[in-house]
Amino acid sequence: MAVSNANASPRVRLSLGPIQYHWPKEEMLDFYRTIESTPVDIVYLGETVCSKRRSFRHQDWIEVAERLQTAGKEVVLSTLALLEADSELGYVRRLCNNGKFTIEANDMSAVQMLAGKTHFIGGASLNIYNPRTLSKLVSLGMTRWVMPVELSKSVLAGFQNEMPAGIESEVFGWGRLPLAYSARCYTARAHELSKDDCANCCIDYPDGLTLSTREDKRFLVINGIQTQSARVHSLVHELNDPAAGPDILRISPQSEDTELVISLFHHARLGSLKADEAAYKLERCSPVGLCDGYWHGEAGMTACGRPGGP
Amino acid sequence: MELVCPAGNLPSLKAAVDNGADAVYIGFRNETNARHFAGLNFSSEQIKQGLNYARSHGTEVYVAINTFPQPGTFEKWETAVDQAADYGVDALIVADIGVMDYAAEKWPELRLHLSVQGSATSHEAVRFYAEQFGVQRAVAPRVLSVKQVASLVDHSPIPIEVFGFGSLCVMVEGRCYLSSYVTGQGPNTFGACSPASFVRWSETDSMLETRLNGVLIDRVNKDENAGYPTICKGRFRVNGKTSYAIERPTSLNTLPILPDLLRIGVAAIKIEGRQRSPAYVATVTKVLRAAIDSCIRDPENFRPERAWMSQLRSLSEGVQTTLGAYERTWQ
Repeated sequence: MAVSNANASPRVRLSLGPIQYHWPKEEMLDFYRTIESTPVDIVYLGETVCSKRRSFRHQDWIEVAERLQTAGKEVVLSTLALLEADSELGYVRRLCNNGKFTIEANDMSAVQMLAGKTHFIGGASLNIYNPRTLSKLVSLGMTRWVMPVELSKSVLAGFQNEMPAGIESEVFGWGRLPLAYSARCYTARAHELSKDDCANCCIDYPDGLTLSTREDKRFLVINGIQTQSARVHSLVHELNDPAAGPDILRISPQSEDTELVISLFHHARLGSLKADEAAYKLERCSPVGLCDGYWHGEAGMTACGRPGGP
Repeated sequence: MELVCPAGNLPSLKAAVDNGADAVYIGFRNETNARHFAGLNFSSEQIKQGLNYARSHGTEVYVAINTFPQPGTFEKWETAVDQAADYGVDALIVADIGVMDYAAEKWPELRLHLSVQGSATSHEAVRFYAEQFGVQRAVAPRVLSVKQVASLVDHSPIPIEVFGFGSLCVMVEGRCYLSSYVTGQGPNTFGACSPASFVRWSETDSMLETRLNGVLIDRVNKDENAGYPTICKGRFRVNGKTSYAIERPTSLNTLPILPDLLRIGVAAIKIEGRQRSPAYVATVTKVLRAAIDSCIRDPENFRPERAWMSQLRSLSEGVQTTLGAYERTWQ
């Protein structure tokens, strides 16, 4: 591996986002056992997409959280992005009252439960688009915010001029972009099932179900009630210029190669691997190709910087 | 149960007022609202005229300032709030926390409604906006079943408004990036979904293709109607099958469940469509007015008249309607 510059203590921390897909329990347990020995600094845990996915019960999440914490990771519990049923609200309340782990609030219900009581992290699906919104949430206890995925590097820079002291910024740095949430389950729809009788069919798609255009261009990924980009959003090049970027880059889990992705990002942040080289290797971890348009203020699907290497 | 109607210009506002709207909602002619389309919306002078007309007929006017300012652009939203407050509008429909914070601080007497773009789907989320900014009404996203709306109404500290008719967002509003993923411009950042400048219609020998920034959204036979290329209403391939994988081109129509919405205590029914014509506004307002009045008179025996249903269908996307998420089987 070529050494470009020697950043002995990496300024940018790496986080692992919540698993966005429905995986069987054993695979989730194996996955997090592997994560214990990877160089990610922060791990977000929890079901953020669909409350019908129950591979893990509450106690399973807490046990994994404790193991990861023992392994030296900062552990955060993430809440559902779209709440509809009262039972879902009840579960978010239980998470918020867990008394031990910090919460990433992914909708305003969670913010309401946490505001003024305990510090929290504002997830990417809260709409924090301007410094006044950020400051308001900081005044209520938010200590870190994840920028909405559709915002750019220059928007982040605009925030940094007016950022309240002590607030950390995190950016979605690797993975299929979460683009939308719905009442309808599209995986069930593809199987001609209704959501109430979905038979947990999304468990058969560990990286979601690809939706292509009628010209066979892989366009989006259906993940239950969530819609994602088919391309993987990659900001590995940001690690070349950490001074201008966020405090934390988030890597979103995928069913294969997550460990390799973490390792490539880690070596890129250390400077022991050139970002171009990392990007070249990362391209092989994404069958549909990479994108970074949002980060450059363009359409999210475009590859404008050098997301896929030199 | 009030009727809240859309207006993209003065003739539409008059059509809404004349046909029985309790309130009309409008927007400024810029990206501060979620219908930022060329040639649409109100100049300052037109807002004043519209207010006068509505006032003289006892109709309220709400101004939608329901997009999300970014660093360096906040002043434009402040100006919109200040102007609307100066004109004495009855309420602002707002989505952004920063904009609400500004409005509540600068104009504490001004009534605020939470826009559907605020994406509050639970009573706890609604409570946040009520407690922090004194928001007095919330518009529920189109993701809840009737039973879930009932629970929201029961537990919410403030009245709840729901959509009754119009184009159907199938993704939870305020957090859908499909348009910006393809074009770089979306509802939150630009005030429009699938902006017209990115739309291309092209003909092959026998087919008509619709594209959004180059992405093929649908392809129809020349004798079929091609819908506007909104991503969620396109035809795509999933598991080898081509279909409307997300939703068909269709509009929401709640006439069949009006008695349920009345019974559970919904405060207002909203019609979508500021981008539509004055004729659309007139017809839909008239039908919904008649239906709501009939429902309030005798909810037990209320049945939507066939003429109402066919009039609404003729103004719908794809000439078909749905109950959307209100009905669990749709989900």
